[in-house]
Amino acid sequence: MSLDKATVAGIAHLARIRVDDDRLETMVGELNNILGWIEQLGEVDTDGVAPMTSVADMQAPMRQDVVNDGNYQDRVLANAPAAADGFFGVPKVIE
Amino acid sequence: MSDTVKAPAPQLIQGATGDWEIVLGLEIHAQVVSNAKLFSGAATEFGAEPNTQVSLVDAAMPGMLPVINEVVVEQAVRTGLGLKAQINNFSVFDRKNYFYPDLPQGYQISQFSQPIVGEGIVHVELADGSVREVGVERLHLEQDAGKSVHDLHPQQTYVDLNRSGVALMEIVSKPDMRSSEEASAYVRKIRSILRYLGTCDGNMEQGSMRADVNVSVRKPGGDLGTRAEIKNVNSLKFIQQAIEYEAQRQVDIIEDGGEIKQETRLFDAGSGTTRSMRSKEEAHDYRYFPDPDLLPLEFDDAFVARIKADLPELPDDKMDRFQAELGLSHYDAGVLVAEREIADYFEIVAAGRDAKIAANWVSGNLFGLLNKDATAITDSPVSAEQLGGLLDLMADGTISGKIAKDVFEDMFASGKDAATIVDEKGLKQVSDTGAIEAMVDEVMAANQDKVEEYRGGKDKLMGFFVGQVMKASKGQANPGVVNQILKDKLSG
Repeated sequence: MSLDKATVAGIAHLARIRVDDDRLETMVGELNNILGWIEQLGEVDTDGVAPMTSVADMQAPMRQDVVNDGNYQDRVLANAPAAADGFFGVPKVIE
Repeated sequence: MSDTVKAPAPQLIQGATGDWEIVLGLEIHAQVVSNAKLFSGAATEFGAEPNTQVSLVDAAMPGMLPVINEVVVEQAVRTGLGLKAQINNFSVFDRKNYFYPDLPQGYQISQFSQPIVGEGIVHVELADGSVREVGVERLHLEQDAGKSVHDLHPQQTYVDLNRSGVALMEIVSKPDMRSSEEASAYVRKIRSILRYLGTCDGNMEQGSMRADVNVSVRKPGGDLGTRAEIKNVNSLKFIQQAIEYEAQRQVDIIEDGGEIKQETRLFDAGSGTTRSMRSKEEAHDYRYFPDPDLLPLEFDDAFVARIKADLPELPDDKMDRFQAELGLSHYDAGVLVAEREIADYFEIVAAGRDAKIAANWVSGNLFGLLNKDATAITDSPVSAEQLGGLLDLMADGTISGKIAKDVFEDMFASGKDAATIVDEKGLKQVSDTGAIEAMVDEVMAANQDKVEEYRGGKDKLMGFFVGQVMKASKGQANPGVVNQILKDKLSG
């Protein structure tokens, strides 16, 4: 698998990371290198091995359905660049 | 469900090139009834001050870890059982990645390839009695996003994260529906099942239930067409409107030689039209991957069995029982089971009494007054026990059916018991033959000519005499007794 410039630009956009044009070519090379290393994993024979989403062989802990958090609007909004009337204020987004 | 039930006729659109069939699939988002959110201990209650029901997990502060709410898992399993669906004892949470101001994590925790509930089936009955079997593809758990408010500030959008992290069930149907009526009946049926189960309150106005509608058109029996997805439609009426507009739009485009673009569209309630949501187009690359913060969700068969043992009777089963055991008509049973609260009310009224009479009073007299006052049955001024009391007075002959209607209106206005009103107003039915005989004599004496006509063969006058005697008794005479005495005296 190998990435071209347009794909890398697309990935950067989806991640909301600005990559200037003159940096793009370098990044294509770097990402392709990383993918190359990862592809080596394909050499391992995984026939009959179930895919796993975690290396920890344990069950997910569950919480009880009890309200024991929240009710601290000031803490939630403490780091907001803009806040008013209890809301976060963000640049206008409208359909 | 019997084998003789017929499937509904498809709703065809007549185009210039012939008929077109509408193909519909729905994704219903239903907010799970729980005290706390899916992965945090913040409250879920509707209508709180902005950002007060937000934990640091819901605000996606760095380092916070999600821990799943056990009751939400139970609710999803309960719903799966209610949809007669396969329950998956092993499921996985994935991250669905996109950026939007009301999504602080930058991803929604959802379930992609391994949902908690698999395939199920829902029977949807239409007004004409035909039944559509709609397949459920899957049900998965996911987080709700926050709410954006666009009209409070000229340059800013305000964000409230109270809803962020609230548990949703997304119920995905198969593309099995063929008309807007089927789609809206399907939503109504899902809503009814969820409300019976107590897993979602079904309140569409408050956004507890909303639907994405997938619409495509094709020549009858042909290959499936390209579909458009109409997002977030929040009422049954809008669902029908959106489908009708969108299907016609697609037919027009195809017949003009154009092609349907697979895209997300928005329904505009004001104009009744749908339009493209261009800004979301490029965001369709969600790059799902398993959430490394969450282990797979696992439970054993005993967990499922425990929930199953506790399931309430569902509308389809109740419907069958009301017909088979209580002898109600298909129509009456359907009206009474549509809402759990109505069915519960009816069952209290019918307990130990004549079920058909109880059904008539609930769906006739009670609904009539409730509708007039725009009151829900849960707020009825006449309780089920009180209505039962009224029916008892009729059954034992204390009052006549005619008087009962007046008493009922009085009960509805005053909230008093039937017996109290009957006592206060002296409405007890007169069954005392002596008193009735006296009234009959009076009526006959005052209408000698009619008595002659009756005796001359004009039987129809019987109704006139009964009416006169009832009037003389102010409606309190027992009609059966009146009839008997009249017959005896007139023929004498």
